[in-house]
Amino acid sequence: MTEKENLGGSTLLPAYFGEFGGQFVAESLLPALDQLEKAFVDATNSPEFREELGGYLRDYLGRPTPLTECSNLPLSGEGKGFARIFLKREDLVHGGAHKTNQVIGQVLLAKRMGKTRIIAETGAGQHGTATALACALMGLECVVYMGAKDVARQQPNVYRMQLHGAKVIPVESGSGTLKDAVNEALRDWTATFHESHYLLGTAAGPHPFPTIVREFHKVISEEAKAQMLERTGKLPDVVVACVGGGSNAIGMFADFIDDEGVELVGAEPAGEGLDSGKHGATITNGQIGILHGTRSYLMRNSDGQVEESYSISAGLDYPGVGPQHAHLHATGRATYVGITDAEALQAFQYLARYEGIIPALESSHAFAYALKRAKTAEEEGQNLTILVSLSGRGDKDVDHVRRTLEENPELILKDNR
Amino acid sequence: MSRYDDLFARLDTAGEGAFVPFIMLSDPSPEEAFQIISTAIEAGADALELGVPFSDPVADGPTVAESHLRALDGGATVDSALEQIKRVRAAYPEVPIGMLIYGNVPFTRGLDRFYQEFAEAGADSILLPDVPVREGAPFSAAAAAAGIDPIYIAPANASEKTLEGVSAASKGYIYAISRDGVTGTERESSTDGLSAVVDNIKKFDGAPIFLGFGISSPQHVADAIAAGASGAITGSAITKIIASHCEGEHPNPSTIRDMDGLKKDLTEFISAMKAATKKV
Repeated sequence: MTEKENLGGSTLLPAYFGEFGGQFVAESLLPALDQLEKAFVDATNSPEFREELGGYLRDYLGRPTPLTECSNLPLSGEGKGFARIFLKREDLVHGGAHKTNQVIGQVLLAKRMGKTRIIAETGAGQHGTATALACALMGLECVVYMGAKDVARQQPNVYRMQLHGAKVIPVESGSGTLKDAVNEALRDWTATFHESHYLLGTAAGPHPFPTIVREFHKVISEEAKAQMLERTGKLPDVVVACVGGGSNAIGMFADFIDDEGVELVGAEPAGEGLDSGKHGATITNGQIGILHGTRSYLMRNSDGQVEESYSISAGLDYPGVGPQHAHLHATGRATYVGITDAEALQAFQYLARYEGIIPALESSHAFAYALKRAKTAEEEGQNLTILVSLSGRGDKDVDHVRRTLEENPELILKDNR
Repeated sequence: MSRYDDLFARLDTAGEGAFVPFIMLSDPSPEEAFQIISTAIEAGADALELGVPFSDPVADGPTVAESHLRALDGGATVDSALEQIKRVRAAYPEVPIGMLIYGNVPFTRGLDRFYQEFAEAGADSILLPDVPVREGAPFSAAAAAAGIDPIYIAPANASEKTLEGVSAASKGYIYAISRDGVTGTERESSTDGLSAVVDNIKKFDGAPIFLGFGISSPQHVADAIAAGASGAITGSAITKIIASHCEGEHPNPSTIRDMDGLKKDLTEFISAMKAATKKV
């Protein structure tokens, strides 16, 4: 679509990943998407921009983040001596999650475009918080749309955003969660794009967002690759990351996609089980549709109505997924697996108890898969190095985990230490 | 000759523009929606713009967004929308029926089947508010194969290139908007530069122009016609009248409290809007 003159104009970069992606937005929003794409292409080619971004990543976010090899996991009999698990510590990025990497990139783009107001959506509040802190730093007005239910559930993050000077607008419409917050942010942007930039928080949405978000998060896999080579002398066998919209996963996969020998695995939220109907494993679920500007896997009914997703982890609770993940799945380059709430809770407790790290519930999904693979490696007598994207820290989840474990004592880790 | 051609010929002779109400099918129920549609036509509506509800209507402001949800709360389906169109078509064989449907509905149903079914039910045109011309080719091709006119939106202050694309891709009519943003009366239709909007689009020799978004008073209609538009589309203002007669809280189904009262209010509003289409 990019080469030939297309009715309605063309994009500078490919808008599609195979059959997935595109720009399914109101005609009136295309000028805003075109302007953003051009600013991104110009910035990418600008040494000054790269230097400025690099400075923020190093001096403000604390990059490069460490690579930590698990000292005590997997436990003996569960893969010890067979599997080595390495954690890419995005939980140590300023703000508490990988989210801030791409937020800084997009805020710098917004400034280059002369925008004075930033709009963002947020589910649990992680992206909203990252956006709010970056806007405080750069002196930009910040408006965050958040589902009314999420506002009630995530009060500490709401207050964090307000401390940074952001205006948090509760969204009552629909189900009052992340999907509705995106709808409202898009409506705002449609009316205000001349002065506002929509700082989308994941690798989904219309082109150029999936590409921009990937490129600004690619630093995760670039660093991790060099660190793995330095530490082990070779590439990892398996790279795993959790997938909601898919931003940390695409950043973690990006620099490994061309390394065919590296297995890429996305851990999707299987909630209470794929058969329960209460989950958010969009790709595993297998239906395709158009939502929030992009054609990708989508949880929907046979009439095309979008269905509610569910996950114990608010950051994975999204009925869509980034189009590049859809393509990586369709081509078989990456595999997507479901991890249940119970498995994630177990992995959360393992990391806290044996490695002294409290991970985000989102990242616990990726770690749960690593624990499974470690076990299989021992069963098959195989040596395996597994690289896990530890995308965020779990302070935000501590209350929720405590309540859940009190209500479901059978999920509490049996301490055999 | 399509129903739109016939309509424009008739209005031309009468020295009038078209008044086109937007009404959501199944809102709050198929039977009540049919009575609302009949009332609108009896009150002077020249053509219809009918919505098929969608769970995530991002191009709509709060009023129309709520009507999508109200219809879905009542159990609306695409099959039921097709039945309602058939019923309207049988009752009003001449009235052009335009559809407004979000892209995921045709995508999910399969484009060929979707356009075929809506053509057979009696629809004349289909506008997908989240499918711009740039993404429109497969949709337009399926529409053409089924004999449906594809409609695209000409945005406010659009570039010449965009208007050229919209004019080339739209059959039947062109849906022009005179201000930024989503549907709704929160932001009024901009009356400044209306004729510039219309003149710019007309340069490309496309289909006749209907102006929409924020048209909520007879003055807006008169301004649109005076600026050279062939008609005006009103959605949120009508939906507001319907909503004010609805009883029930999301996510429970709603019903119309007093249908006669609603018919009276709608008739009054639509007659006044239609009267403003008279060219001076």
